[in-house]
Amino acid sequence: MELSIIIEKFLLITVVLVVSLVVAMYMTLVERRFAAFFQDRLGPNRAGPWGILQPLADGVKLFTKEEILPANANKLLFIVGPSLAMFTATIGSAVIPWGRDLVLGDRVISLQVADINIGLLYIFGVVSLGVYGMMIGGWASNNKYSLMGAIRAASQSISYEIAMGLAIIAILMVTGTLSLRGIVEGQSSSLMGISGLGWNVFYQPVAFLIYLICMFAECNRTPFDLPECESELVAGYHTEHSSMKLGFYLFAEYINMFVSSAVVSALFFGGYNFPGQDALAASGVHANIITIIGLAAFFLKIAFFLFLFVWVRWTIPRFRYDQLMRLGWNMLVPLAIANIGITGVVMYLTGHIK
Amino acid sequence: MESLTNRKKVVEQKPMTFLERIYLPAIFQGLGITMKHFFRKKATIQYPDVKREFSTNFRGIHSLKRDEEGRERCTACGLCALSCPAEAITMIAAERKPGEEALYREEKYAATYEINMLRCIFCGFCEEACPKEAIYLDGDIPPANFDRDNFIYGKDKLVEPIHKK
Repeated sequence: MELSIIIEKFLLITVVLVVSLVVAMYMTLVERRFAAFFQDRLGPNRAGPWGILQPLADGVKLFTKEEILPANANKLLFIVGPSLAMFTATIGSAVIPWGRDLVLGDRVISLQVADINIGLLYIFGVVSLGVYGMMIGGWASNNKYSLMGAIRAASQSISYEIAMGLAIIAILMVTGTLSLRGIVEGQSSSLMGISGLGWNVFYQPVAFLIYLICMFAECNRTPFDLPECESELVAGYHTEHSSMKLGFYLFAEYINMFVSSAVVSALFFGGYNFPGQDALAASGVHANIITIIGLAAFFLKIAFFLFLFVWVRWTIPRFRYDQLMRLGWNMLVPLAIANIGITGVVMYLTGHIK
Repeated sequence: MESLTNRKKVVEQKPMTFLERIYLPAIFQGLGITMKHFFRKKATIQYPDVKREFSTNFRGIHSLKRDEEGRERCTACGLCALSCPAEAITMIAAERKPGEEALYREEKYAATYEINMLRCIFCGFCEEACPKEAIYLDGDIPPANFDRDNFIYGKDKLVEPIHKK
């Protein structure tokens, strides 16, 4: 392989990793401050202007807390659990197309770490690997409550993955590709005369709704936060984990939020496409500038979904466990299957399938 | 049975309609409500920097007042101690000696005057009972302390400083 490609990809991976870590770091602050705003208070604003040094203070606190390894815990797996959670959270961002190609002279830089043609399957593989982080962490603690929390988390993740996958199949029928870049490119068509607005959410609103609900469940966010609610259900699978091992679990959750916001923006909200992009290109604006605007549009969409995570958290109360399972299996799965059927019929009638 | 208030309501348990059962309208309504709170004026006060004003009838730490010439008003009559339901006030009276006219207004004064802040219930009866307008509960909130002894406030803490003219 050419050396310049290796350097280019290495730089891109570093940037993506750093961005997702910084976003996750500041999501902890944003979450706390927005939570306060929703409850008519101000939130942490003492450390630095607007409290921007608060994540550093939290980090120092987590690093300096006492490290407790339970006597009967499986020492190796106890440490592997949080590491695995962190690992699976960070590798998910590899297939996300962050923007169009950047042209510098005669070099074309693809703003995507790996454009593999099974990008969506890769995402699903990573998401299902995330269960191991929780399951191993809960099991290795050798604590009944942790184990129950882990089982709760695992069964929830597995249940909602099915509905999620079925919701995605409708998208695949419309776009006809598994590559995330292909799916995003497919949404650059125009809707009602506005270019770059042919987003899948307008063609597949039901699939979007199912996907959104499953996304909340996969990220263990309220109203599906039974696996790791901090105080009410004995914390969950990370009951025994202390200091930075707990910090890794919490941090992984925020990285997961960032990555899944990126995925849902790419799948349903047109990724780096933005309204009026063709008009901008026709008026002679340089392609690189359009790429950068597209990148900004993508991050705006991600920011919206990150905000939605916080917004929903302070609105909807937690599900009871049987309600959670009922919603997943009795409502979302049949609805997703019906959506696939209806999509097929509509595509046949409109002549998309011969 | 006849209800006393006429406000009794029979609980209706109608089966939920389809829109109610899919919950989504209710969720969107809830999101709207939380969004309204996001932009609402915050109730927080930046406490150590900004302090909320006490209401006009707030009762805080007692203070023993001085008159216009800087003399202690208290004559150790003991009415405050008598009226105190928590028996928090104790005092020892003494007679004013010649040459102390600038210090005490009357012939009798309180040599020691102690209020046990652990007992005090801030009812304000001492303030009401005082015929000389010598004691008022117009101070701040009593500060916390580690020692029980420090909650017995003597004259050093209670008598207000001499007015500066």
